Amino acid sequence: MAQQVLSGMKVIDLTNYIAGPACTKLLADYGADVIKIERPTGGDGARNIGPFYHDEVHPEKSGLFMYLNTNKKGITLNLKSKLGKEIFNELLKTADVVVESFKPGVMDRLGLAYEDITKANPKLVMTSISNFGQDGPYKDYKLTELMALGMGGRMHAMGDAEREPLKYGLTVTLYHSGMVAATATMIGFYGSSFQGIGRHLDVSIMETQAASVDGRLNSLVTYQYSGRVTARGSIMGAQYPAGTFPCADGYFRIASGGPRFSRAVVMMGNPPELLDPKWYTPEAPGDPALKEEFDAYFMEFTLKHTKRELFMMGQEADNICAPFYAIDEVAQDPHFKERGFFVEVDHPMTGKVTYPGRPFLMEKTPWQLRRPAPLLGQHNNEVYSELGYTNEDIARMRGSGII
Amino acid sequence: MTDLNLPLKGIRVVDLTVVLAGPYCGMILADFGAEVIRVESIQHFPPQTRGIFARPSKDMPSSRSAGYPNGEPGRRPWNRYPLFNAMGRNKLSMTVDITKPDGMEVFKRLVKVSDVVLENYVPEVMDKLGVSYEMLKQVRPDIIFCKMSAYGDTGPYRNFRAMAQSIDVMLGHGSIRGYADSDSTDQPASVAEDPAEGVQAAFAIVAALYHRNRTGEGQLLDLCLSESYMPYMPQAFMDYAMNGRVQGTLGNRDPVAVPCGNFRCKGNDKWVSISIFTDEEWDGFCRVVNEEWVHDDRFKDSVSRRRNEDELERLVGSWTQKHDSYEVMHLLQKEGVAVGPLLDEVEAYQDPQLKARGFFVEESQEDAGTHMYPGSLFKMSGTPPLVRRGPVRLGEDNEYVYNEVLGIGGAEYEKLVETGHIGTEYAPHIK
Repeated sequence: MAQQVLSGMKVIDLTNYIAGPACTKLLADYGADVIKIERPTGGDGARNIGPFYHDEVHPEKSGLFMYLNTNKKGITLNLKSKLGKEIFNELLKTADVVVESFKPGVMDRLGLAYEDITKANPKLVMTSISNFGQDGPYKDYKLTELMALGMGGRMHAMGDAEREPLKYGLTVTLYHSGMVAATATMIGFYGSSFQGIGRHLDVSIMETQAASVDGRLNSLVTYQYSGRVTARGSIMGAQYPAGTFPCADGYFRIASGGPRFSRAVVMMGNPPELLDPKWYTPEAPGDPALKEEFDAYFMEFTLKHTKRELFMMGQEADNICAPFYAIDEVAQDPHFKERGFFVEVDHPMTGKVTYPGRPFLMEKTPWQLRRPAPLLGQHNNEVYSELGYTNEDIARMRGSGII
Repeated sequence: MTDLNLPLKGIRVVDLTVVLAGPYCGMILADFGAEVIRVESIQHFPPQTRGIFARPSKDMPSSRSAGYPNGEPGRRPWNRYPLFNAMGRNKLSMTVDITKPDGMEVFKRLVKVSDVVLENYVPEVMDKLGVSYEMLKQVRPDIIFCKMSAYGDTGPYRNFRAMAQSIDVMLGHGSIRGYADSDSTDQPASVAEDPAEGVQAAFAIVAALYHRNRTGEGQLLDLCLSESYMPYMPQAFMDYAMNGRVQGTLGNRDPVAVPCGNFRCKGNDKWVSISIFTDEEWDGFCRVVNEEWVHDDRFKDSVSRRRNEDELERLVGSWTQKHDSYEVMHLLQKEGVAVGPLLDEVEAYQDPQLKARGFFVEESQEDAGTHMYPGSLFKMSGTPPLVRRGPVRLGEDNEYVYNEVLGIGGAEYEKLVETGHIGTEYAPHIK
C-alpha cells in the first residue's frame, strides 16, 4: 500500500455524533492513527441513530456511526474516574492532536484544559468543536442542524417567500463543520510539526456557517456595503431557460439564460422558431412574455427525452445542465463508478456494504480503507497493553467500569 | 508580512481561481499565513469573480448594482464587488496575460519560486493553456498542483459544464431537500457545494505540504464539487446500500426529533427553529409554554408526538407567533431545549454571540472603503489579528511580485506594461 499523507500522526478523539467524528474521519481516512475514546456505557450517541443495517436498531449496526468512524481504533474509558484520567494523560504523551466536542468547560472540569495538557507536551494541538465557540453568551446553548443554518447560515433567505424557511438535506451543515474542523486541525498540526508550536483551535459551528460561501458570506458583505437584506424566494427571475423542467422520466435542470441562450437553441437542434431575430434583441433576455413562450416550447422538447439524454445533448452544446437524480441514480452513475468514488467496506456486523468514499484524490498519498468502524471497546486490549497494562489490569478496569 | 507567527508562513501559492470555491480556499490559506498571489489578467474578465461585468452600464437595473458600496459601481467596480471582496483579504494580486507566450514565461518564473498552484476551471481550460501537472513539474519538481472542478480531472464528465446549482441536483442533494409536500423540484437557490470543495482543498493542500516537507515530493490534487459534497449525505447513501431505500425529502423535519421545524414569531418575517429530541426536552418545552394543549394525551410521548406531528406543529406555531424570536430562544434554551432564531443580515451583525466573539472584522481598502466583514472560519490561539490587509485590488502587488519575487524590473517591466500584461485596470475593450 502507498504511504498515506498522515501516516504516523497520532490523534486522540473525544468526539461524538456528527461534526467531531466527521473531522477525525478525514484525518483517519488519510492515514492518521486515530484512537476514538467512547464512554463505557453506550458509547457514541451516533450508534443509536439510523439508518440501521436491515432496519434493525442496534448499536453496532448504525450506518451513520459505521460511516463516520472508518479507519479509527475504538477504546472505552471513563474520563471522570481518577484512573481514567491517569490513563488519558499517558495516551496524551504520545499524541500529536486531541480533538474534542464536549460542551465548553467540560474539559476544564475534567482537568484537561489546553493549558494543563500542554504542560507535558507543548507541541500538542487541540481542536475544540462546539456549537457556538468556547466563550460568549450562548456557549452553553444547544444547537441542531436547523439552528446552525438558521443562526449562522442563510436559512432565513432559503425557500418560498410565502412559506417557512427551508433547510438543506439531512445534516449536511454539521458535516461541513467537521470538514472545517479537520482543516483547522491540519493547519495547526502543520504549524506544530515544522515550527514546534502547539495551538488550540476553537471551531464554532455557528461561525463555520456565518463565514460560508454558500451565499451567506456574500449577502453579509452586500448588506454592509449597501444595506440590502436578501429576501426569501427564487432568484431565477426572467432568465430562460433556467430552472427545473419535467422530462420523460423525471426532471432536468438547466441554466442557460441570458448570454448562454444560443447554447440551448443548439441543444434543441436549432429549430427554426428559435432562429427568429426577436429572441436575440438586447431586451429579449429579460422579457417575461418571451420567457413564457420559450419555456412552453422547451418543455415540449424536454418531455420527449429522458434526463440522461437531455444531460448528454445539453453538455454537447456546452449548457450548464444536469439530471435531477435520486440517490440510487447517483450510486449507479458511470462517472462516479469510473472514478471509483464508492467503496465496499467489510464490517463484522454487516458484511460488505457500499459507502461513499474519498472526498478528493491525492495522487501520491491516497485515501485508503484500512479498517471498518470499531465495535464498542474493540481495541481496548491492544491499546491498553501497549501502554503497559497487563491482562489482569485490563480485566480489573473492565470490572470497575473504567473501561 | 513574513515575520508573523502564522502556521503557513513561508508558503507561496499561485492562485488562478475564479468565482467561489477556489477563491474561498485561497482565503483560508492566506488567513493562516500563506503568501497567496492571485494571478489575474487585465485582458480577460472572468465572469462572476470581480463582478458580473467589469464596467456595469450606468442604466443597468438597480438590483444589479445594489451590491456595490452605496449601490455605486464606482470608477473601479472590480475592486468593489462584494463577493470578491468577501474573500479578498490577506491576498496579493499581480496581473499577467498567460494566454500570450511572454505571459506564460512570467507565469513559469512565478511557479519556479512557489509551493502550490491552485486553479478551479473546467479541466480543459488548463489543457488548452498547456498548464498540466507534467509541465509544472518540469518548472518546479516538488510543486503541489491543486485542481478544483465540478466533476474531477478524470472520468466521462470531466469537461462537463456545471455550477453548484446543477451539481446539487446531479449528486442527489436535490432529491433530499425541498418542502416535503412538493415534488421538490423548485428549490432555494442556496447551494453548499462550493464551501465544501473550498474548505477541503485547503485541507488537501496543507496535507500535501506536510508530505512534501517530509519527503521532498509534490503531487497532484484532484477535487470536485460533486465528490466533495456526497460525503455530507451518508445517511441517504448508507440507507440505500444497506436497505435498498431511496430517501426523499423530509422538508425541515427529522427522523428523530419531533417537533422539528421553523416557526413564525412576532414581527415581520421572523422565525425560530425548534427541535425536540427527548422527553426531557419536551418537559422543558412544556414548563415554558405551559398552555393547556401541551399536557394533551396526543403529545404525551415521542410516539404520540410523531403521530400527531401536523397538529403539534400548528400549536407550537400558534405559541411562537406571540413571542419575539430571541425571547423564545432564551426562554427555551434555559430549559434545555434546542431553539434559535433565524438571523437575517441585520440581526447577524447585531447578534450578541458573534459580537462577543469578535467574529466580524474591520477591513479597509482604497476603492471600497472601510467595512465590517465576516471573519475567520475558526479561531487559533496565539496568532496575530486576522486582517493583515483588506480585499486585494486588481494588480495591487505588481511591483512587489515582478520586482522582488521575480526580479523583473526596469525595461523588462516597462515592456510588460506596454504589452498589456501589467496594470491595475481592465483593458478598454472589456465591458
